[in-house]
Amino acid sequence: MLPEAVPHRASAALAHQFDTAGQQKEAATLGMWVFLVTEILFFGGLFATYLVYRNWYPEAFTTGSREMLVWAGTTNTFVLITSSLTMALAVHAAQLGQRRLLMFFLVVTMALGCVFLGIKGFEYYTEYLEHHVPGFGLPFHAEQSQHEQIFFSLYFMMTGIHALHMIIGLGIMSTMLWWSYRGIITTEYTNPIEVSGLYWHFVDIVWIFLFPLLYLIGRHVHG
Amino acid sequence: MAEHILPKRTYYTIFAILMFCTYLTWQVAYFDLGPFNTVAALAIAVFKATLVVLFFMHVRYSTRLTWAVVVGGVFWLGILLVLTMSDYLTRGWIPQR
Repeated sequence: MLPEAVPHRASAALAHQFDTAGQQKEAATLGMWVFLVTEILFFGGLFATYLVYRNWYPEAFTTGSREMLVWAGTTNTFVLITSSLTMALAVHAAQLGQRRLLMFFLVVTMALGCVFLGIKGFEYYTEYLEHHVPGFGLPFHAEQSQHEQIFFSLYFMMTGIHALHMIIGLGIMSTMLWWSYRGIITTEYTNPIEVSGLYWHFVDIVWIFLFPLLYLIGRHVHG
Repeated sequence: MAEHILPKRTYYTIFAILMFCTYLTWQVAYFDLGPFNTVAALAIAVFKATLVVLFFMHVRYSTRLTWAVVVGGVFWLGILLVLTMSDYLTRGWIPQR
């Protein structure tokens, strides 16, 4: 049995500084989007760096990207998109007040997030074994030129920060699962689930761009 | 404000399109299209991101203020990328002395 839904003060789940639930929801959505815009520009700086160096050393980026485990990157893209679907379905369940379904979809979303991080970890380990980790005094194996170190530096930086966002997302989803279990999330108060969903989808979008730019750019070169 | 609850069917449709586009971008990468490999990959990525923003993130059904923030963010990203590259890509145009 789940605990009883927590009864809210006065008018259900409406904080006193807001006139209506709609206004409260808009404030929450808007606040999250303002945060996400800062995230867009944060990742944007990394993408700009990628563009500049790829423009300078296109061959190093092509050969570097050919060393990526393309099956892992593709699988992870499918995994993340599926987790975005389950996240959207979690929000849908919250809106309809289906608590068990909400918790189920949150757990599935988190599980898929863990699968993503597991595959990512396996990739990092493979790259470590193949001497594709630049810096730290490690031996670096370049296929053609040492400029590939720049590609791999950017690869580890971008996917590493993306993975950090996934880990933070898992923390947020754990909290949402707890709140759902406690009955804090009701049909009148779905904002936490919705804005957490916005964050999760954003992390998915970053991967949608990272995947082709890191894994696929060298595939058409034969031999 | 009446909450806009999308039918589940919408989410499944968007999911199917996203999965297909992922398959497409993966397969297209193996054909030699010259510079259009990157163009195709980015075009598909932008399309996928737009679908996620509009439907999974509900921006299509959000207020105009939210629209303004989202578009503003993407516009500023554009400034960052375009102005940076307008420097790096044009450096070769001036002959070295």
